[in-house]
Amino acid sequence: MIELENVAYSYGGGELLSDISVKLAPGSFHFLTGPSGAGKTTLLKLCYGALLPTAGVVRIFGADVRAMQRDDVAHLRRRMGVVHQDCQFLNHLPVAENIALPLTASGRDAKAAEADLDDLMAWVGLTERAQALPPELSGGERQRAALARAVIMSPDVVLADEPTGNVDWDMSQRLLRLLVELNKMGKTVLIATHDLSLIRAAKVHVQARVLRIANRRVQLAGADL
Amino acid sequence: MNLGLGNLGALAAGDTQADRVVPRTGFTAQLTLFAAATMAFLAVFTLALSLASGRLAARWGDELARSSTIRIVAPQDQRAAQTEAALRLLETTRGVQSARALTDAEQQALLAPWLGPDLALDALPVPRLIEVIEAPDGFDATGLRLRLQAEVPGAVLDDHTRWRAPLVQAAHRLRALGWLSTLLIALTMGAMVTLAAHAALAANAQVIAVLRLVGATDTYIARAFVRRFTLRALGGAAIGTALGMAAMLALPRASDAGSVLTGIGFQGWHWAIPLLVPLLAAIVAFAATGAAARRTLRELA
Repeated sequence: MIELENVAYSYGGGELLSDISVKLAPGSFHFLTGPSGAGKTTLLKLCYGALLPTAGVVRIFGADVRAMQRDDVAHLRRRMGVVHQDCQFLNHLPVAENIALPLTASGRDAKAAEADLDDLMAWVGLTERAQALPPELSGGERQRAALARAVIMSPDVVLADEPTGNVDWDMSQRLLRLLVELNKMGKTVLIATHDLSLIRAAKVHVQARVLRIANRRVQLAGADL
Repeated sequence: MNLGLGNLGALAAGDTQADRVVPRTGFTAQLTLFAAATMAFLAVFTLALSLASGRLAARWGDELARSSTIRIVAPQDQRAAQTEAALRLLETTRGVQSARALTDAEQQALLAPWLGPDLALDALPVPRLIEVIEAPDGFDATGLRLRLQAEVPGAVLDDHTRWRAPLVQAAHRLRALGWLSTLLIALTMGAMVTLAAHAALAANAQVIAVLRLVGATDTYIARAFVRRFTLRALGGAAIGTALGMAAMLALPRASDAGSVLTGIGFQGWHWAIPLLVPLLAAIVAFAATGAAARRTLRELA
């Protein structure tokens, strides 16, 4: 589904990631962990084609991202749901329209998908906040809205960058349950987080592989987690 | 990124959902509207000037090209005889359609602006004037001069070429300058729209990042901006054109006196030409914003 083969990424003369080989199989659940600044976000961006590797090959759904045009990457991204660290919304649009944004951006009629949108809003518990503007939402609501937007196109893969970074423990558990639910629906899930307690909590519900970035390389984490 | 002119139809049809992704507020909206309105107003004015110059050149060319004058400068007692001789000579000259001597009243009327209406022609050595109308093929001016020199020594042929040519040339150049100004106005508007589009795209880098994150193609993103700017330019130019045409209507009508100045404006079907200005402004804005969007999206990638 997503495959990184001997990937390296350099920026500003320094190598951030080196010789990374990772394969996300369909329906798998992965955590990506490591200290702040280790390169988790960079690796995630490589996974959804926002960055191009300086060495090695990144294949998304079998296609080499370096051989693709920008619009081709955009089309691939519609099969991937991304929850960004700082959520990133269009602040002038209500939450419901932000969540429906992937539909409109792909030329689909958001009005025709209104029932799906309502279900999704209910799933993440934001029905009452549908017409609020993003700056009016709490941290947890923003994360849930971002998750709803990430899955509205029913993507094959969900990539989440620190989805519980700005929320309390209860909310992080709620978000985790939503991600586990998605995995049980057959979606591939990759969560980048530095929160080890979240990983431990997840292991109760789902069989997850944990990848740890250390010294610019990815290792499979041991049982200490 | 597909943003060819073929997409103008889709652009005009619009996409209400896509339109909302770009925030409506911002100084670039007012800037584009103002620039388009001002440029359209100036374009209407230069168009009017060009068309008026063209009419003037055509009129001077047509009216004067086919007429010539012969002056009979001879002593008073020989003037009538020489006039008769010149008229007879003209009757047998190939390329002359008609010729007639101006009457005293007509000559007085010609001199009245300078010497007053009560001029006594007998008291002054005023030459007799013969008006010559050429046939469509024209006559051989050099040959006619030689014959007049031989048979009517007091006759001087003036075919108006000397003073008509620079006037017609000046009118033609004025018209060319008008068209050049119109072109420069279109280019300036394109430059201003480009700057405004660049500013809008840069100010909306966050919007572009979000749209890319959710799988929007560059074509989709660019179209949202291009449509916004094209419609603004169209609206601004429509306002400017309306004001320009109203200003032209308010100008004094052309009259015989001072027709060069009062003739600036549109006549007949020429009133339809400025209506093209908003459309051209929209096309310029479409092209300028499309190019700016392509460049900015490439930079932001």
